[in-house]
Amino acid sequence: MEPLTAPIELSFDYTRSLGSTLGRFMTGLAGRTIIGARCSDGRIYVPPVEYDPLTGAAVSEFVDVADEGEVLSWTWAGQPMPGQPLDRPFAWALITLDGADTAMLHALDVDSPEAVTTGMRVRARWVAEPVGHIRDIVCFEPASIATAERPAGSATSSDVEPVTMVTTPVSLQVQHSASIQETHYLIGLEQGKLIGQRCPVCRKVYIPPRGACPVDGVPTEEEVELPDRGTVTTFCIVNVPFYGQKIKPPYVCAYILLDGADIAFLHLILDCPAEDVRMGMRVGAVWRPRDEWEPALQNITHFRPTGEADADYDSFKEHL
Amino acid sequence: MRDVAVVGFAQSRQRRRTDGTTNGVEMLVPIFAEVMGGLGIDKRDIGFWCSGSSDYLAGRAFSFISAIDAIGPVPPINESHVEADAAWALYEAWIKLQTGEVDTALVYGFGKSSAGDLRRTLALQLDPYTLAPLWPDSVAIAGLQARLGIDSGAWSERAMAEVAVRSRRDAETNPYAQLAGSKDVDELLAEPYLADPLRKHDCAPITDGAAVIVLAAGDRARDFVERPAWITGVAHAVDSAHLGARDLQASASAVAAARNAGIDGVQVAELHTPFTHQELLLRSELGFGADVRITPSGGALAGNPMFAAGLVRIGEAASHILSGSAGRTLAHATSGPALQQNLVCVMEGRDR
Amino acid sequence: MKQPAAVLGTGQTHHKAKRPDVSMAGLCREAIDRAMADAQVGWDDIDAVVMGKAPDFFEGVMMPELFLADALGAVGKPLLRVHTAGSVGGSTAIVAASLVQAGVHDRVLAVAWEKQSESNAMWALSIPIPFNMPVNAGAGGYFAPHVRSYIRRSGAPEHIGAIVAAKDRRNGAINPYAHLRQPDITVESVQASQMLWDPIRYDETCPSSDGACAVVIGGAEAARSVDRPGWIHATAMRSEPTTYAGRDQVNPQAGRDAAAALWRQAGISDPLNEIDVAEIYVPFSWFEPMWLETLGFVPQGQGWKLTESGETALGGQLPVNASGGVLSSNPIGASGMLRFAEAAMQVMGRAGDHQVDGARKTLGHAYGGGSQFFAMWVVGSEQPE
Repeated sequence: MEPLTAPIELSFDYTRSLGSTLGRFMTGLAGRTIIGARCSDGRIYVPPVEYDPLTGAAVSEFVDVADEGEVLSWTWAGQPMPGQPLDRPFAWALITLDGADTAMLHALDVDSPEAVTTGMRVRARWVAEPVGHIRDIVCFEPASIATAERPAGSATSSDVEPVTMVTTPVSLQVQHSASIQETHYLIGLEQGKLIGQRCPVCRKVYIPPRGACPVDGVPTEEEVELPDRGTVTTFCIVNVPFYGQKIKPPYVCAYILLDGADIAFLHLILDCPAEDVRMGMRVGAVWRPRDEWEPALQNITHFRPTGEADADYDSFKEHL
Repeated sequence: MRDVAVVGFAQSRQRRRTDGTTNGVEMLVPIFAEVMGGLGIDKRDIGFWCSGSSDYLAGRAFSFISAIDAIGPVPPINESHVEADAAWALYEAWIKLQTGEVDTALVYGFGKSSAGDLRRTLALQLDPYTLAPLWPDSVAIAGLQARLGIDSGAWSERAMAEVAVRSRRDAETNPYAQLAGSKDVDELLAEPYLADPLRKHDCAPITDGAAVIVLAAGDRARDFVERPAWITGVAHAVDSAHLGARDLQASASAVAAARNAGIDGVQVAELHTPFTHQELLLRSELGFGADVRITPSGGALAGNPMFAAGLVRIGEAASHILSGSAGRTLAHATSGPALQQNLVCVMEGRDR
Repeated sequence: MKQPAAVLGTGQTHHKAKRPDVSMAGLCREAIDRAMADAQVGWDDIDAVVMGKAPDFFEGVMMPELFLADALGAVGKPLLRVHTAGSVGGSTAIVAASLVQAGVHDRVLAVAWEKQSESNAMWALSIPIPFNMPVNAGAGGYFAPHVRSYIRRSGAPEHIGAIVAAKDRRNGAINPYAHLRQPDITVESVQASQMLWDPIRYDETCPSSDGACAVVIGGAEAARSVDRPGWIHATAMRSEPTTYAGRDQVNPQAGRDAAAALWRQAGISDPLNEIDVAEIYVPFSWFEPMWLETLGFVPQGQGWKLTESGETALGGQLPVNASGGVLSSNPIGASGMLRFAEAAMQVMGRAGDHQVDGARKTLGHAYGGGSQFFAMWVVGSEQPE
């Protein structure tokens, strides 16, 4: 059996407050001006460092530098990746702007690696409407290319509202794999079964089964089919709306210890008033219609009371 | 300083893709058994545990939490974790041994790089305001560094290819290596660029893997093995994050770490260099001549399990002492863009 | 073999829901600059830097210590990054202490921080993981069932949680750095607040904060140049799995083992009488009585009685969270270090309006994950023998 796999999407637009130095730099970009910081070593750092490399003090002297400069080093990006400045082949370049003593990294728009040389002159290509973000610079381009009249730089920067925040989207995909033990359990769920496994050392039954028994550090092995009923060990009543919530409050989230299992898992208790749920209450699974079954615990929409007498506290107190 | 030695090392086979979870359990369970079985100990003999891994590699927060299940940490253990290559976990464990609180420690690292797009993920190590929003990938950053040295004459594409050939031919005798064997230099130089000036052979492969090391102090170490790999110095340092402001052809942090660790007289140096030019850079910075055998395991160019590869270098360098094939060896680990952070660990054998 | 180590200075930010006025570096430096001024040290005095914070997803930067190396003053020095979930602030201080105790460094800077406003912690912690059923319970939903178990097991009356919440928030009101400052809160007003995760009410939950904390730790020689250093008497860390068959999730063994090791190392046989102030990681009010038991201040089942008696309030036998604690400020990665730093501030006599007079031995405590990672220290006004 192959382990089940599925992608995890990690996408969020991070909101980054800038503080005074980076705020000044981004505000400059909004006015098509590139700002550097003069540090105590006499060098002008672009982008500005927030703290002086020699003294550690917050930098305080800022200077405008040119949006033209020369290539210090470069490499070729033949197959641009998502999020990069250009979607056609380009060069990455470390560029020392005129007036700066350090190089900044950005994309350089050229047709082929043959069109780039170390030391070549390049200039920034700005977006039509800069907002105060590093991507206000679309990329750099060879200075030899004639361009239409360029928008003025610092002339407009005094009109720019101070930029205090940038939004930087981060989007990654990671392929998640279930363990082989968990896969057995998930395939079981797809068939309407609850499959646990017993640790070969401590003999405890885990559901879901484990790639490593957390007590003994060895994979669980022997399959044990468990019934779809058990005991509420403990629970909380969710009254609060929160990010990502799927059900309208109030509802009960409970640890349910299936009969024959040695570990409880969290699930929902519905079909009864929340205030009626008790520690020790006996519950049974409510399954989705068979044609909706997937390899997922969500095949059980929730648990509900069976009407049996409550389990004795002593019978589950070791599972709290 | 207290005498502390590497007494055990195990690693998983380095692979382009494994089918286990991103929490490393499937890779860790067998190598824990191997290293502890080899020493005739179990988890109760370990005084301190420390691991290195990354949530970004796993794609989920707290990915290291499930990894400790591989230990079976009941009763509870004295344990810590670094969000860095496990070579830095070894440093934390070495410190713990130096305090005298414990006499043994187990260090592990793991990473399933195949789960994501590693080149792109590593862009998130860059300045999040002015660089990461452009998504410069890790090969691009290395390419910029390589070009600087080529332009200045510090190294050449041919010298870089020679590093690749030697590494991958050395890896033929490393049963754990992902890539082994190589075309000759002229054939490699005829290959197309991956990211001019880097060709595929200049770059470490993407690797899933894990590694574990056991440390012990004083007599405990001598009880475990005939010839412990005594750590005579271990040190690390970090360089500036401003790529355009620091000298990318040098490595001040590696030099500082080497100075503090004391590297005179090493016969073997296992260098953690995911790109060929980085080996040339470090050999020059650390002053290694022809008398120092460089990375006989094949190194990261033959298999680069992120967050374990630095620890693997320490294990490989220690293995030469443990087996008696060398008297004094060095391991190096790196982290961050363009060799930003570097650790050096020097070990030696001693006659009884 | 083990060298003496002491806290030379502490610093923290003004904690707030959002700190839009600073960058991540600026947030860290606000705490660091205060700690270094408090310790009367300059950058040249710092030999190494240890940085801790919780998951990198919170800020969307992979290993942010790398890009922060310059701002942290770490260039050319060793920089170590610790991540042990919610206990990380405590673990970071312990790692920094061990660098001095090992005899490797004279002065080490430790900093822990979180800038939750860069993203949304609930997003970062609830990224859907394939094949895992979402818990559907939210932030407090994980811990609320265990609180219910505690109440069942101990027979504690319902108002204990409200006593803790009212006490900690009132303490926070006299701490100039606290995020929530509610001088007028009462047990009754807490009990009147919305029930979120029954049995946990709104006023019994911690806020979500931006913030940082830093400490400078030095050896005996370095401590001589400081007026009233906070000597480190003992440190302990223990971990256990998130779940295992038979695991006690109310009073976890890792917490009990860490405490036992801590008291042994500190030479403390009767913690309730020998500890003058405790800074305990209490993100939900009920964890005060729970951790009082785990820490061995009182026998199992008795924690709520100490709380109910008022002895954990300022002026009581064991003031707990004189600073206002996690219930008043919660910059996740920094929260543990804040407990450690506040404990040190008490024995250094630098806790300002929430100073407990005559504090000579104090506890700093942090925990994380599913109540499974524990970090603790004891600091004292006297150098241990």
